[in-house]
This record gives sequence, structure tokens and C-alpha cells, in this order.
Amino acid sequence: MLQNKDKIFNNIFGFQSNKLSHALKRGDWDKTKKILSLDHDVIIEKIKKSGLRGRGGAGFSTGLKWSFMPKTLGERPHYLVVNADESEPGTCKDRDIIRHEPHKLIEGCLIASYAMRAHKCYIYIRGEFANEAKILQSAIDEAYENKLIGNNACKSGWDFDLYLHRGAGAYICGEETALLESLEGKKGQPRLKPPFPAGVGLYGCPTTVNNVESIAVVPTILRRGENWFSKLGKENNTGTKLFCISGHVNKPCNVEEEMGIPLRELIEKHAGGVIGGWNNLLAIIPGGSSTPMLPKQICDTITMDFDSLKNAGTGLGTAGVIVMDKTTDIVEAIVRLAFFYKHESCGQCTPCREGTGWMWRLLKKIASKDASPRDIDNLLELTKQVEGHTICALGDAAAWPIQGLFKNFRDEIEMGLKLKKIAAE
Amino acid sequence: MKNEPLKAENYKLCNIDRVKVDKILDKYPSNRKASAVIPLLHYVQKKSNGWLPVPEIERVAEILDMPYMKVYEVASFYTMFNLKPVGKKLLQLCHTTPCWLRGSDQIEKSIYDTLKIKDGETTPDDMFTLMKVECLGACVNAPILQINDDYYEDLDYKSTKELLNKIKTKKNIKPGSVIGRKSSEPYDKNGNVNVTK
Repeated sequence: MLQNKDKIFNNIFGFQSNKLSHALKRGDWDKTKKILSLDHDVIIEKIKKSGLRGRGGAGFSTGLKWSFMPKTLGERPHYLVVNADESEPGTCKDRDIIRHEPHKLIEGCLIASYAMRAHKCYIYIRGEFANEAKILQSAIDEAYENKLIGNNACKSGWDFDLYLHRGAGAYICGEETALLESLEGKKGQPRLKPPFPAGVGLYGCPTTVNNVESIAVVPTILRRGENWFSKLGKENNTGTKLFCISGHVNKPCNVEEEMGIPLRELIEKHAGGVIGGWNNLLAIIPGGSSTPMLPKQICDTITMDFDSLKNAGTGLGTAGVIVMDKTTDIVEAIVRLAFFYKHESCGQCTPCREGTGWMWRLLKKIASKDASPRDIDNLLELTKQVEGHTICALGDAAAWPIQGLFKNFRDEIEMGLKLKKIAAE
Repeated sequence: MKNEPLKAENYKLCNIDRVKVDKILDKYPSNRKASAVIPLLHYVQKKSNGWLPVPEIERVAEILDMPYMKVYEVASFYTMFNLKPVGKKLLQLCHTTPCWLRGSDQIEKSIYDTLKIKDGETTPDDMFTLMKVECLGACVNAPILQINDDYYEDLDYKSTKELLNKIKTKKNIKPGSVIGRKSSEPYDKNGNVNVTK
């Protein structure tokens, strides 16, 4: 279990003020100038060595991602774009970073931008977070007033401007190229890759898009050393992570823990356990709505890290743990997610635009028990038609929860259909 | 509710503060003014009673040198832009799985019992509009109801009713958790904040 001294986000619940004076006491902006005196590539190398993997869902090495940016600043400016469009069902960690630890994020933006030779950074925050945007903007203003950012940021000689941009309610803008489209003033429809943003990103310039949490942990990693971070957690899954535990638990909460903590321990130590006890557990969605669910027998022993969950056929995603107890109508739970993806499909690729609608309709039919096992086969066939046939991963994300549902509960669901039929006869 | 489109000739445009608009435009490179389209639409929507009449969209297009259709595309793509009038208090109820698991159906029922409105409807006095929305991103504080800009968290049938009645009688309400929780910390029904050391 993570010790208090190794926690990065000491004010994640907002028991203390989010103002600069308090952030300084918590150690933010401490010797930032010294960090910025390191060479750009040394910082990237340190982040690589720390083993930090992107906290936005894909789990790609952050340092490696940064190293894809051009090594010299050419005619085109470089940009860092921070993805604060947090909308994955089950996930609400970035909101707490933004409203309670905004200075960790701002300092991270400065250091990451410096490492990638970017003088400008945009934070794209989801539109619904109006109050969070106000808090972050006032923290940015504070940082400007105290010359922590702006020209000659922290007296390091590096000029750095940070802008906050509010979205307007579109889950798809969490996809990095859709986010860039949206930031350019268009509909948020993902771009084809390649070219990757590191070559052609915002306004056609080299750009890196990172999640809020990935950026906010950077200053602490550099201050305490990459070895400190890489010793926490497990091999290849290092460091600490914010977990969001929602659904049928006694005390839903956000919590920072070590990577690789057993799922059961996470829920019982921090979230007050499953309602009605561990034996009342039905299934858990471990990493936000896109990741397939795990049945209880796997939840008993699984550890929460990228590799273990991948081996179990699911993923750590954003670490939004959605707990469902035995009172849950599991089909209805996934119907809601299928509707979510239908609603949020941007409409660009036909398999996703039409497929998400059909997946929702078929699943709804199954939920009403007015269906036959053939409908299940059709639905699963349909998920295969969508998966992997779209520009971005939204199509996959819509297919996986449904596949996960039938992988684990097909027998029970078919039994339900049969019983309904018998009752009708 | 007057859902028919307003006629441009008898529509009075809202006041736009050029200084504020320029401040928004300053964030983006001067040859990339289109980037400001979402912030400007937010700004105008706030000024024109929470929705975007066509003349206002036209004006945003003019300010940004964009074709009207491009701005309309953005306004219709993003769910936060309302192309129809809404009540003074826009109730946005999350009904995605994490909120549903914690009883968002009960909140919907509570809203119906108190205000007699369903998804997409507005009360006859134009005070409340209900919209069922997708995940609001505060899942550990489920269920959530967003009223204009503010989140109301940890709701149940009774507290939703109380909340709405307070708004009706113009009493002050405090955004955030309705059970006295500070933010997203573990919190039990007895009110003990239990942060694991």
C-alpha cells in the first residue's frame, strides 16, 4: 500500500486551498529553475527512465512520446496540448487535479513544454467543467503574476505561454486528433494517422497531446528522481496512479495508490468495500467504460496495472473502476454504455455511426428479453464488424464492453431469454 | 415553450463586449481566428438566455471571418450548444452507467414528480428545462445533476426534491455535494470523513 510520503497529490480532496501560497507549501514550483537548466533531452530521458506510462488510457510511454518531437525548433513552432476533456464514464480524476492541485498541472505544462521545445501550451478542458475552468484560469493568472510562466518563466530564460481552452461537450474530443480539430475551431472528428501529431499536429505544427495526470506528475518525478518513481509499482508498470472507484461500493472515492495494487484491496481499503460484502460482487469494469468487464472470480486476484489487466483480456484504461453488485441488471448496465457510444459517435466512419446504433438497438432488445440466442450471435458479429474498421478507437471502445458482457454472462443471459419464452407460452 | 425559430427582423441582438472578445481572440495565432469559435459561442450563448438564435451564430461567423455554415456545424455538433430556447435553469441529468448504478432513475422520477417535466421538456413558466445527458465526469459523486454551470452531487430522490423546491422558492443553494462531502473523499453515511492514512 502506498505510503503517505510517496503520494504525489497531497491535496487531491481539496482539504487545503488550491491557491499558489498553499501550493508552494506543498512543494510545487520548488527549484523549477534548476530543472529547466537541464538539457531538453536529459529531461525526456529521465521521464523515459521513470517508466511513466500515459495516464489517459492507452498507457504509452510518456518519455518515448515526447522523444518523437523534432530535436530542433524549425520554422514551425512546437505545441504541447494537455487533454483535460475527461469524459470516459467512470473517470473523474483530472477534475480533482484541476480544481485542487492546479499548480502541479501548470508547472508540469512548463517543464514538459520546455523538454519538447514548445513555447506555447493549450489545455483543452471539457466544457461542462465551467467552475473547474474558472479555478484553473485563476491559477494560471496567479502563475503569470508571479512570473512562474510567461516570458523568462521562473527566470530560466525560456518563454512560455499557457492558454486554457474550453470544449463544449463531445466525448470524441478526448481522442487526440479530434481534440486538435476542435481546438482549430472545427467539429471534433478524428484525423487519419499518419501523419502523427508529433509531425503534423495543431495548425500543422509538431504537437504532443498528453493527459492531465501524465503532465501533473512530471515535476514531482523530476524533483524526487526517476528512480524513486520507477521503484514504486511493478516492473514496466511503475509509479502511482489515481483510481476512481464508483458504483456499488460503500464509499465511492478517488484515491492515489501504487500501480499493481490488488483490485480487492483497492476497493476494501479505500472505498469501504462492495455494498453487501465482497461475495455480493457481480462484476467490475476496471478502467473506464471502454474496457471489458471482469467477473468476480477474476476480480478476486487481479492486480491493477496495465500488463496484468491486458493479460486478463481487458485494460487499465483511465483506472475508472465501476463496481456492480449482484442486484445489477448487467445487460441494462451495458445498454447504457452502448447508448453512450451511439450518442458520442462523431459520425465520420460508417461502421461506427451506423454500428453503434445497431449495437444499442440489438442489446436493448436482448435486455427486454424479447430476443433469441440468434440475436446475440448477430450482435457479436456486428461488434466484430465495427471493431478495427474505424479511424479512431471509439468504434473499438463501443464494441469491447458488449463483447466483455457476453464473454462472461452469455449463459445467464440466454437462460433469461429462455425463461421469458417459457413464461410467454 | 416557443420552439419556433425567431425571426431575424424582430430579434434584438445581445450586447457583445469587444474587449472581452479580443481577449478571447488573443489566445490564438492571429491567422487562426477560427479557434475561438467554441469560446465565442459559449460567450454569446450565456448572453442570450442559454441558447443560440441564428442571428447570433451569424454574428460569431462575421467576427471570425468564417462561413455561417462552418459555425453552424460547430454549434450543432457540440451538445452544450442549444439551438432551441431553454428555461432559466437548465437541468442536465447524467444517466450513464456509473450514475445509473447509484440511482439516477430515482432523480429523474424526483424531477418529474416535482416539476412535471420529462427529458427535453420545459416547465410552462420557462423556469426549468430537463435534459438527460451523457457522463458528466464526476462518477464518484454520482448521481449528478448539473444546473446551469454548477454540479449537484450525491443526490437521492428526497434531496433532489428539496433542491428543486429551494430554487422554486428562490432560496440560496450551494453547489457540490448535498450530503456535506467536501469533494471526492471516501465518505460514509454517518458523516465520518475516513481518509485512509
